[in-house]
Amino acid sequence: MDVELMLKVYPFFLKAAWVTIQLSVLTTILGLICGSLGAAARLSRLRILRIVGAAYVSFIRGTPALIQLFILYFGGPQVGIQLDAFEAGVIGLGVNIGAYMTETIRGAIIAIDKGQAEAARTLGMSRYQSMRYVILPQAARLMIRPLGVNINALIKGTALVAAISVIELTYTAQRYIGSTYKPFEMFFISGVLYMIIIYVTGRGIAWLDRRARIV
Amino acid sequence: MTDQKPFVDIRHAKKSYGTLEVLKDISLQVHRGEIVAIIGPSGSGKSTLLRAINDLDPLSGGEIWLEDTQVNMDLPHRQYEKHINEVRQNIGMVFQHFNLFPHLTVRENITLAPKLLKGINDAEANKLAEEQLAKVGMLERIDYYPSQLSGGQKQRVAIARALAMKPKVMLFDEATSALDPELVEEVNQVMKALAEEHMTMIIVTHEMGFAESVCDRVLFMDQGVVVEEGPPSVIFRNPQNERTRNFLRKHLADANK
Repeated sequence: MDVELMLKVYPFFLKAAWVTIQLSVLTTILGLICGSLGAAARLSRLRILRIVGAAYVSFIRGTPALIQLFILYFGGPQVGIQLDAFEAGVIGLGVNIGAYMTETIRGAIIAIDKGQAEAARTLGMSRYQSMRYVILPQAARLMIRPLGVNINALIKGTALVAAISVIELTYTAQRYIGSTYKPFEMFFISGVLYMIIIYVTGRGIAWLDRRARIV
Repeated sequence: MTDQKPFVDIRHAKKSYGTLEVLKDISLQVHRGEIVAIIGPSGSGKSTLLRAINDLDPLSGGEIWLEDTQVNMDLPHRQYEKHINEVRQNIGMVFQHFNLFPHLTVRENITLAPKLLKGINDAEANKLAEEQLAKVGMLERIDYYPSQLSGGQKQRVAIARALAMKPKVMLFDEATSALDPELVEEVNQVMKALAEEHMTMIIVTHEMGFAESVCDRVLFMDQGVVVEEGPPSVIFRNPQNERTRNFLRKHLADANK
């Protein structure tokens, strides 16, 4: 293993890691928005919204994320959507993970005992009030861990945007392989940096989960 | 009493799930201050009937009236929601499994709905919580979470929560069935105290002793019909119907096991 070379190039990988972190954070935010809307649609009283929600989830889960990214980045301009690689990466990955988060959020909501909503409604609360003050505060605690699993997948999924040439960890490794011919070392640096990002995120999720626990 | 207008009026209640008829044309009038027990084997439709009164389990046919308001009015969705939320504030309900909100303290469990629906401020809400908890003997647990309470304590808090909305009638759906035997009495005491205040109550129960000592009237239901109804002395001591006799005999045998 060429340690000297690794020490020489790693600062460039740190910059790339920062791009991966930015991608991950923005994707998480967009994913949570899409996931909340998706869950709301899937649990709606209106059939049409339920159909839209279900179609979103099955399209995203039924096709490779890479294809979704390609449709957006390469196919977008054909229908007048011009995005740079980073934007396409965030939107493509965010909408993608949003479908998985839809199922996570929906699952947490329907896991709350029916008696909770009944008690709230019996007291005279509206559907909205029952959701807002009784169901969601409990469901939110339930969904922290599984959303953590989604975020873990999402961080690793950011590697896909190398295919549309966003200069993040995976793309950077490939670029340096081109000039150094040392794939093992280059992918090794990227791998370690991914692991650090994922480890720190995981600890953060675990901390949130502990804090949110009810007595 | 009979010429007085009923307080809760159930007219020809029918309910079916597919081909299964759970309620077959049941009518029941309850007067202000009256305490009615509904007994019967499981699957007799007694809980379904109780849950129809606040439209938690909507009827397939028939009408429910509370004073001059029809509970299960046929309205467009939005209007119906508004209507039912107002009606339900007048109907307190206590569940077998308490259904306390586990993420809220005892105090918050009680104040949540009054704050949201009656627009009272924190000071008023706290006073209300304290009053209601004192009534059920749970004042010293006001800042506990439900998970820190015993079953009997949880049910007393659930009763206080329902009472905090100042309901006109209280529905009890097997309020003591999920409790350990030694905890039943503390909940019964609270219900007895309510009875002494002349709260109108409809009680679905398996506690025959309690029904006999507290209720004005007892209904025996089986297979979706009211088989027999009358004062507890008659229903428990001298039931006229064969099915009532069988049920009570079997129940007594089970209780003595």
